[in-house]
Amino acid sequence: MEELKKLKEKVKQQIALREGNKRYRVLISMGTSGIVAGAREVMKAMLDEIEKRGLDDVEVRVTGEHGFEDIEPVVQIEEIGGEKTTYARLDPEKARLIVVEHLLKGQKVVHLVVGKPKQSD
Amino acid sequence: MIRSHVLVCGGAGCISAGCMAVKDALAEELKKHGLESEIQLVVTGCMGPCDLGPVLLVLPDNVFYQRVTPEDVPALVEEHLIKGRPYQKLLPKEGPSANVITTARDFSFFAKQTRIILENSGLIDPENIEEYIARDGYTALGKALTEMTPEQVIEEIKASGLRGRGGAGFPTGLKWEIMAKAPGKPKYIVCNADEGDPGAFMNRAVLEGDPHRVLEGMAIGAYAMGASRGFIYIRAEYPLAIKRLQIAIQQAYRYGFLGRNIFEKGFDFDIELRIGAGAFVCGEETALMRSIEGKRGQPMPRPPFPAQRGLWGKPTNINNVETWAAVPVIIRRGAKWYASFGTEKTKGTKVFALAGKIRNTGLVEVPFGTTLRQIIFDIGGGIPGGKKFKAVQTGGPSGGVIPEQYLDTPVEYETLQKLGSIMGSGGMVVMDEDTCMVDVARFFLEFCCDESCGKCPPCRVGTKQMLQILEKICKNQGEMDDITRLEELCMVVKEGSLCGLGQTAPNPVLTTLRYFRHEYEVHVREKRCLAGVCGKLSQVPRSPKRES
Repeated sequence: MEELKKLKEKVKQQIALREGNKRYRVLISMGTSGIVAGAREVMKAMLDEIEKRGLDDVEVRVTGEHGFEDIEPVVQIEEIGGEKTTYARLDPEKARLIVVEHLLKGQKVVHLVVGKPKQSD
Repeated sequence: MIRSHVLVCGGAGCISAGCMAVKDALAEELKKHGLESEIQLVVTGCMGPCDLGPVLLVLPDNVFYQRVTPEDVPALVEEHLIKGRPYQKLLPKEGPSANVITTARDFSFFAKQTRIILENSGLIDPENIEEYIARDGYTALGKALTEMTPEQVIEEIKASGLRGRGGAGFPTGLKWEIMAKAPGKPKYIVCNADEGDPGAFMNRAVLEGDPHRVLEGMAIGAYAMGASRGFIYIRAEYPLAIKRLQIAIQQAYRYGFLGRNIFEKGFDFDIELRIGAGAFVCGEETALMRSIEGKRGQPMPRPPFPAQRGLWGKPTNINNVETWAAVPVIIRRGAKWYASFGTEKTKGTKVFALAGKIRNTGLVEVPFGTTLRQIIFDIGGGIPGGKKFKAVQTGGPSGGVIPEQYLDTPVEYETLQKLGSIMGSGGMVVMDEDTCMVDVARFFLEFCCDESCGKCPPCRVGTKQMLQILEKICKNQGEMDDITRLEELCMVVKEGSLCGLGQTAPNPVLTTLRYFRHEYEVHVREKRCLAGVCGKLSQVPRSPKRES
């Protein structure tokens, strides 16, 4: 029984993504202007950093244009059922910083935030 | 890090529709864009809406795509997986304004179901035991073996109100108790996967989509009843289900959920597959047992019941696939939880296979007590082509047709029986105004006549005579006496046959006579077919597709 529990903990990861129950949702704006501005590199850096830090309560989605062409790449971090924070003008390095500060430690990277936080729906 | 899973439905329906070519195209396209490290492809069991296949589900976005072809794949990958925009062309549409459905949650086909038996089907890779374990797989077996006595397991099943899903609806807990108390050793258990009703594919989908659930249910049952060997009797026409079961059994042995000393509790249990040749009568339990023994599949009189003298004369318990599949979740979440679904008399949920003249052909699961109208119209999407609903056949050739005025009947074993039909294993064939009810009766009777094993005369000769009368009526040569003779024969076959096949074979005839007698009379008196189906009576315009 103990072995089964251990095994379950180990394999839970494989399908966790299909079950939801996450803490953070990361939305990366991946319209044409986002891609041109380097949104894919930003996303790759974030995915890499999330994996390195072993964050299993984060889901990453790509979305269409947010409508802020001149401040791309834009990433929105939504605490599920809580606040939405929007970061802009990112590069891979800043993206890694956000993963560590915001997603791991729960501290917003204030100098990269644009606009006011919104309530998640 | 994997950010997205693309689930490709690998049920038999989607495979016939070409899902594997779609999967290969996806794999190639992901490779081309260097997305393999971000996006994982998973082949799952049946997701349900078979008619829309090949279908895909993209997670975590929860976007459902239908009728995907390999040619669509490059655009879909570019739009959705790279740019994050759902690919509009392949999204399902519903409602009068043809609203596009962007998440699977909003699709009424999924939204109105309660998936318990099918909780994993379409979500996990059925060929990977670890995905089943990640969904709490085998914890019920662990709980039963380490925390419960066999008596407690039986009590739990009794308290859940679970009834046999093969059709008759006998209380499962009671059946297990009788078996547990039966003298004689060794004891055997059997999973009846000889699904043979035309238009029924529930068991196949469970076995293809979540085979471990059935193995776990059987292991729990074996522990409760003191059996050490189990057989799964499955028909050769289900090659994919057989393949996935074989893989599942191998994996379960490797992980120690089958075999010797399971969970180190000194409990041994082995499961073997027995492949049937597809004779309909072998779904009847006594014929099934003879077939497992290697003899000709013919029914035997009961009593003695299998629990008294079953396989090789030893106590044997036979349950349907869906019954076994319900067992793990009852043990895991408790009888009380399970009994909170369904009605006073019938607890839990039932899987139905929707077929015939219905928009969303496929597999659905609803609590007992859901009405026929909700199943056919709300989930099934109603009748395509602006046609009118005429009747629904439940329970396959052993069941009967139910006309429109009873659409608001809550589905339960007893309510369907009262209407002259049966629950059966859960097939539902929907018929529209273009269906001739005499022809329907003829079709199902022809099936039973063909499948009669020939052991007892009422079934062997009676069904043949009934069929001849029906063919005569369909050919414009019927007389009014024929209808009376048909009714008499129905009673003889029903009362005189040895097993369920013969006893229920007249049901389609009896119910069509009960609800659509005027159609028979029009055939006989006016020599025409109201639906324009019966070939020789073509005084009404016939649609080109309906040549008979």
